[in-house]
Amino acid sequence: MNPTRKKRIYSILFVFLFSVSGISLILYSLNSNLDFFFTPTELKNNNIPPEKRIKIGGMVLEGSVERNGSEISFVITDYENSIKVIFDGIVPDLFQEGSGVVALGFLNNKIFYAKEVLAKHDENYMPPNIDIKNDS
Amino acid sequence: MYKYIFYFSLFIYIFSLVWGVLFTQEDFVQGNSFRIIYLHVPASFLSQSIYAAMAISSVIYLIWRVKLSAYLILAMAPIGALVTFLALFSGSVWGIPTWGTWWQWDARITSTLILFIMYLGLISLHNSFSNHEKADKLLSWLVIVGFVNIPIIKKSVDWWSTLHQSASITLTDKPTIDPSMLYPLIGSIIGFFGIVICLIIISSKVQIFKREKTKSWIKDYV
Repeated sequence: MNPTRKKRIYSILFVFLFSVSGISLILYSLNSNLDFFFTPTELKNNNIPPEKRIKIGGMVLEGSVERNGSEISFVITDYENSIKVIFDGIVPDLFQEGSGVVALGFLNNKIFYAKEVLAKHDENYMPPNIDIKNDS
Repeated sequence: MYKYIFYFSLFIYIFSLVWGVLFTQEDFVQGNSFRIIYLHVPASFLSQSIYAAMAISSVIYLIWRVKLSAYLILAMAPIGALVTFLALFSGSVWGIPTWGTWWQWDARITSTLILFIMYLGLISLHNSFSNHEKADKLLSWLVIVGFVNIPIIKKSVDWWSTLHQSASITLTDKPTIDPSMLYPLIGSIIGFFGIVICLIIISSKVQIFKREKTKSWIKDYV
């Protein structure tokens, strides 16, 4: 290969590696700030001031949903730690016990007061009447 | 020649769409709203593939100075922007009945928005130059730098906690989507791919005419 082209290849590689390492450093330093929500375990380990608006996410604990008028309370869990959530409003259709949920609100006295509740679904798609054989 | 590829791809895409929308069962969690997957997944997949193709063209242009690959970058950028917009839009439409929101700043959605803005930025950057060769070179460098975003979009759902679910179809694992839904999805990806390739061919023809209009062979051709 002729030397000019060789030089160009090296400069492309250099620019690319330079931008990769630059972006990696930025992403590395942002770290968990890029997370969409806190899990209940992260919430326990981090000291988050009350009245600060945060998002928490996890699973809705089976049997924890209680409705009282328009108010709904449930427990978000990551199966290690859990936190009680109180929400006054309409939850999405996909909200159900044992499925994923993200709540936006603030923490006060170990109770999370949600302003907004979003449903999170997983990457499994299947017809409703299928036998689940090799699922754990 | 590409006309036949276009009609064939269009046929495959519409066939898969009809198959997926009318002749598959609904999802056990999402019901009928999962069916927008037959637009969302092909569009998202192509939005990243087109950028990767632009990056390859940029490398070829910068090393060998092949003029056609510079035209190709310009031909692909608007189509990439359109497809990325489709991916974002169909994702929003899908998000309303399932997540309960049409927009959230999670890592996957935000990085895809950055990709969309990058496409628009590249197009307007090239338009702002009167010296085409200079613009081609600058554009190629920027495309290569911006390629960093593609693996970030791809891995965003694994690296951070996101509202978006992780990938259903991966190279290493068994797909987590039932075969009855998977086959029309693969068909729709193939059809969409063919349609986009034909659009790129048409768009690159336009670029060649535009940039070579002073050459005598164009005058003979037209």
